[in-house]
Amino acid sequence: MDAIAVNDLSKSFGKGTGRRDALKNISLQLPLGSMTALIGPDGAGKTTLLRLLAGILTPCSGEIRVLDRAVPKEALALQNRIGYMPQRFGLYEDLTVEENLDLFASLHGIAHAAREGRFNELLTMTALGPFRKRLAGKLSGGMKQKLGLACTLVHSPQLLLLDEASVGVDPISRRELWSIIQQQVASRNVTVLLSTAYMDEAERCDHVLLLHEGEILAQGNPAQLAAPLQGHAFVLEEIDAVARNLQAGVAQLPGVIDTVIQGDGLRIVMDKPAPPTLPEKLAGYATPKPVATRLEDAFVSLLFSRTQRHSIALPAQRGATHDDDAPVVEVKDLFRYFGDFAAVKDVAFSVRKGEIFGLLGANGAGKSTTFRMLCGLLPSSSGTLRVAGVDLRTATAEARARIGYVSQKFSLYGPLSVQQNLSFFASAYGLRNQHRRDRIAWALEEMELKEYAGMNAGSLPLGYKQRLALACALMHGPEILFLDEPTSGVDPLARREFWARVNALAQGGTTCLVTTHFMEEAEYCDHLVLMSLGEVLAQGTPTEIKAKVRRPELPNPSMEDAFIALIEEHEQASRRAS
Amino acid sequence: MKRMRLTGLMRKEVYEIVRDPSSIAIAFVLPLVLLLIFGYGVSLDARNIHVAEVVDHPTQITASFLAELERSAWFSPTLYPDQASAEKAMLRGDADAILWLRSDFTRLSYSAGSAPIHLTVNGVDANQARLIENYVTGTWLLWQQQEATRTGARLSMPVVADTRVWFNPSLRSRDYLVPGLIAIIMTLIGALLTALVVAREWERGTMEGIMVTPVTRTEILLGKLVPYFVMGMGGMAMSTAMAVFLFDVPLRGSLLVLFATAALFLLTALGMGLVISVLARSQFVAAMVAIIATFLPAFILSGFLFDIRSMPTIIQLLTHIVAARYFVALLQSSFLAGDIRSVILPNVFGLAILCVVFQGIALLRFHKRLD
Repeated sequence: MDAIAVNDLSKSFGKGTGRRDALKNISLQLPLGSMTALIGPDGAGKTTLLRLLAGILTPCSGEIRVLDRAVPKEALALQNRIGYMPQRFGLYEDLTVEENLDLFASLHGIAHAAREGRFNELLTMTALGPFRKRLAGKLSGGMKQKLGLACTLVHSPQLLLLDEASVGVDPISRRELWSIIQQQVASRNVTVLLSTAYMDEAERCDHVLLLHEGEILAQGNPAQLAAPLQGHAFVLEEIDAVARNLQAGVAQLPGVIDTVIQGDGLRIVMDKPAPPTLPEKLAGYATPKPVATRLEDAFVSLLFSRTQRHSIALPAQRGATHDDDAPVVEVKDLFRYFGDFAAVKDVAFSVRKGEIFGLLGANGAGKSTTFRMLCGLLPSSSGTLRVAGVDLRTATAEARARIGYVSQKFSLYGPLSVQQNLSFFASAYGLRNQHRRDRIAWALEEMELKEYAGMNAGSLPLGYKQRLALACALMHGPEILFLDEPTSGVDPLARREFWARVNALAQGGTTCLVTTHFMEEAEYCDHLVLMSLGEVLAQGTPTEIKAKVRRPELPNPSMEDAFIALIEEHEQASRRAS
Repeated sequence: MKRMRLTGLMRKEVYEIVRDPSSIAIAFVLPLVLLLIFGYGVSLDARNIHVAEVVDHPTQITASFLAELERSAWFSPTLYPDQASAEKAMLRGDADAILWLRSDFTRLSYSAGSAPIHLTVNGVDANQARLIENYVTGTWLLWQQQEATRTGARLSMPVVADTRVWFNPSLRSRDYLVPGLIAIIMTLIGALLTALVVAREWERGTMEGIMVTPVTRTEILLGKLVPYFVMGMGGMAMSTAMAVFLFDVPLRGSLLVLFATAALFLLTALGMGLVISVLARSQFVAAMVAIIATFLPAFILSGFLFDIRSMPTIIQLLTHIVAARYFVALLQSSFLAGDIRSVILPNVFGLAILCVVFQGIALLRFHKRLD
């Protein structure tokens, strides 16, 4: 028997012209005890599929059978046997860890006598035992997510549906979440269907479903999916040039599907099993070495074959000026308290002109708070902040005229068209007449928004919204650009395009400060600050940071390995201190 | 329906109420503030009417009449030298009325059939103008009678009205405003409480987690209804206590009838809140809808401030779907008149129908679905 059997399933939202197909004629079978990953760009229909399976959406047509029950007709009878964890698992923040578990135990009709044993088991598994009496609202992001999973598992479900359970969670919690899920599969033969944005998680599943615009683009086990690209992947190692400058060049070469900065080198995926022909100036000192393909290669090449690609050319490098080494952003002894909670503790760093500077950390690490202080949106509790040579304590307005800010949720006006958004931001920055017309024309041209100029910002695809937000922030030609979690919730394709744009900007002399919780994106930065719980764990170039954790047993650590090692080291140090 | 699930949901709701002060504020602080503001601030009685007095030819008689005005609790008179300066005072807003005693006042005041006082009233507020007119005329008659007894002359007046006021003999508008106000407050508490707490669950994403458990929709709705019903009745008890002990409003009916009708009304109001929460999934929209769709009609169309019988027929018909209308009538009779069967029965009937309608819509339209 299949755990999930779906036949010719379709689902659309809205009516009339606003009608949008979320899923188109999907059919699939997942056997009992299997572990399946659902991957695909944003808006592919992943969440809709999971909600349909959980019985909280009604299909427009098609059949769904889950654990041999018809959904949504027999959903009520089924809901005792499945565990569904929504993307934003709603914990009751005013209830303690234990009270949350108790509520879900009651809703699933678990006898009081049986609860204690099950709670202990779950709390041990999630390492939340010591926080039993703590309010859920006072837990860190990672702990909340683990508690959400514990609530989902309280009735020992036979089928687990997880919607991006690990997004935005710090690497350690992510690792823990993943081991809990795997334990369920191994010990109780639970069937798992999970959606994820992390390719490494998908790679660990038995089966992968690639969804794109409501259709299954490909499915199979990860190795199978990557197989057709065997021999297409190459790596350029130990290149002297700045890897991201090289990347932009290589991406333009014929036959190149994808390029990613990885460690000190560049990973290239070709459309044929032949290495790229490098331009003369590179051919001398770096030769492409073939490497094993991975799921992400398949994912990217499949999606690139379906969507229009945007190649972003690098502008000519601006001439070096004499004050190149002077820092444009300087932060010293920065603190920020909310009540008695220290969101930012003793943070210090400096950023030089034309750099891409990354602030890395999980949700709640203090990245956004630091950013808001740098943009003058939030006063600091104490410390020095200098942006573009101006002290933010005294001359916020002056500094603001020289910075651009793209907030986490892209503050655009949804009901205004692209053109209207641009002209609004132009006037907000005080641009007039010819200058204003020039900048708007520049934005439409440079960000490739021309064909969307008349469309409302609210109905743009996410990738275009991001471009528009970027264009609005660049309207007044700022020296420094702040980007707060620009890649959060964005699929790998849009993320690649985004980084190419940031790279082009930095090349043109704009200093870019970026926050992200994707550890691998650190590779695109010149300098990094790793943050955790308001404190700086480490800073330096990506190579320097990784070198800190290089051990004989871990000769080639990834940024994620480095982050985990540094957090553990930091925790030990603070435990010794106390 | 399973008791364990229902108690689980209700226990959760109680923890949230205790730890998040916003619902306590709605149930107890909001009625407290509203009752204080309306109880002390709003009065439909005209008091301290500023009267500008102009006397052309002062005599003992004019002095005697003016002294009568001075003694009255309703007037605070000021003497002006001439009509022109009194008119200026009225234009400035310093005077609500001008009382002009012409030079022939003393001579004519004893002869019947003539009108020796000349009264000019600021008619911008029509209601107030009518009150002033009546008060001045009343004072005038009273003074004439006194004068007649004093001088031994017979006052020739064809009919003297002997009025008696029932239910509110001292004619304090507060006594009928406060019971009406309780109805308005209970509308707001009932609708806001449920509309907000359900919308909060949508906003915080907790509803999605609850929906995939075997809980039934009746359990979800009851889990909301019961705790907030208890809270709302607490607010009702507090408002009643304030009305009786702070504002000295008499309570002539029985507490049983008062609280039984209040319970029925609260269920109706909570039902309206649940209907709103089915439609509005953000707290902001829910609060706006609750205020516009329940509070404002209750304020305007319940007969609390504006008499329903003087409204156009179509509006009068419309008031029948305003639950507060029935509750205002019930409360006013409970407080001022007593348990009157002929008032209680039709109003309870009206409320019961609305209660079933709203609760029914909530139950039918609430699905364990996102679409």
